[in-house]
Amino acid sequence: MKFTELTKNGKFIITSELGPPKGFHIEKALHEAEVVWPYVNAINVTDNQSSVMRLGGLAMCKALLEKNIEPVFQVTCRDRNRLALQSDILSAALFGIDNLLLLTGDHTTLGDHKDAKPVFDLDSVSLTHMVKQLEAGKDLAGNILDGEPPKFCKGAVVSPCAEPLDPQLFKMEKKIKAGIEFFQTQAVYEVDKFDKFMKRVKEFGVPVYVGIVILKGPGMAKFMNENVAGINVPQELIEELKKDKEKTKSGQTGIEIAARLIKDLKPLCQGVHLMPLGWDDKVPQILKLSGITVDK
Amino acid sequence: MLITQLKKKEEILPFLKAKTLLVACFGCKEVFFPEKEYQNIKEEFKKLYPDLSGEIVLDYLCNEDYTAKRLELYRQEIEKAETMVVFACGVGVQTLAGLLASKTVLAGCDTFYLPGFSGFTPSSYDCEQCGECRLSSTAGICPVTACSKGLLNGPCGGAKNGKCEVSKIKECGWENIMNKITTTGKVAEKLKESVSIRDYKKSQ
Ligand code: SF4
Ligand code: SF4
Repeated sequence: MKFTELTKNGKFIITSELGPPKGFHIEKALHEAEVVWPYVNAINVTDNQSSVMRLGGLAMCKALLEKNIEPVFQVTCRDRNRLALQSDILSAALFGIDNLLLLTGDHTTLGDHKDAKPVFDLDSVSLTHMVKQLEAGKDLAGNILDGEPPKFCKGAVVSPCAEPLDPQLFKMEKKIKAGIEFFQTQAVYEVDKFDKFMKRVKEFGVPVYVGIVILKGPGMAKFMNENVAGINVPQELIEELKKDKEKTKSGQTGIEIAARLIKDLKPLCQGVHLMPLGWDDKVPQILKLSGITVDK
Repeated sequence: MLITQLKKKEEILPFLKAKTLLVACFGCKEVFFPEKEYQNIKEEFKKLYPDLSGEIVLDYLCNEDYTAKRLELYRQEIEKAETMVVFACGVGVQTLAGLLASKTVLAGCDTFYLPGFSGFTPSSYDCEQCGECRLSSTAGICPVTACSKGLLNGPCGGAKNGKCEVSKIKECGWENIMNKITTTGKVAEKLKESVSIRDYKKSQ
């Protein structure tokens, strides 16, 4: 079901994220998805996340659909030119994928094939425009598509805590003008900053699903502060992770922080997007603790 | 604009023999040539092979007609030589190889693309000759070359502390653009409305 319809019906959207395996044996990934599925509206399938080569997102989405699990097909511009992107979007329509997350994608030099050719024939904005064009029954070159055109719910990402914020808002507005209908955000750890962000984007009238990344330890928090764009884990949270090493190691501290953040952020937005980065089994506990239940 | 860099000695040495002629092109504004390094390596080669055929120094090797005439002056040396190691840009090497089809012509240099327009002195500004100049709408900063992904529709969101996601020392071209146009001005409004898609036909 398209997010836009769910949001229109006043539902708070809960999503999680799944990275396909490096190989073609998807049993473990499917199991992870099945554990999370009862608690969420949909599961995002990443596209060679962080430029690390993995099984294709489209195939993983299809495998989820076969288990009656709703996928969100993430599409980046790093690995495919406009022909390949259009083919894959049409293939997604064939499989009955409703929701897309359209991204520019990380640079190839960040991943495990640093010597690869970075494509970036399109970017998140022109990719959105491309999907809109397909929905209008034409390809990017203006040729008419055979039969009924596809229809998707198109999402994109935004970094609410980035500094400076203005370029983010500029791009967000540009994405909306190009056809974006929902946003999933970069991980948020600062409730105040997110509140300010939401006040500024209210006028756009587009649903925002706040991003949550489970903190696995103080090292991860510090690493993200130094290296990941738009993320700032406040010192208090780092201290909290340092306090009880055993509790942090078992994941309990991360779970508690994530649940608390969700509780605080929920009133400000229209959904939550969990990025467990391998800790998929913790998702049900986080959601239970935060007191939100899925409404499908 | 091009820059040429001498190949590693180890790469050239196996080709050197008595009947080898060195050809160096020292003259054009398009190519930055490592003249000093060339002189050094030449002296080394001469020591190793006291009977090298010799050396020809030319300019504008890439100009075929001009070079054909100039080669006449060195006909004897060329006739004696079997191989020629050419220290010039890729175009120069190809020109000489075309003119001297019976000789083995080898490249002594690697050729790199260098920022700056052809015919100008080296510059820190880079142009990829995309054929659809966007500078008027991007505050004079080229998004094709100043952004690591060549993005045309705004920053990717990967920048941290003003630096591009690919390197902590490379500035984010789009953050520089956004800083210069200010996100609220008229220019930004126009940029916000448009969806830019590159036409690769124009740069092929
Ligand atoms: S926009 Fe195109 S033509 Fe203009 S400076 Fe950049 S690469 Fe050159
Ligand atoms: S961080 Fe800036 S310069 Fe680097 S790819 Fe993204 S927009 Fe381009």
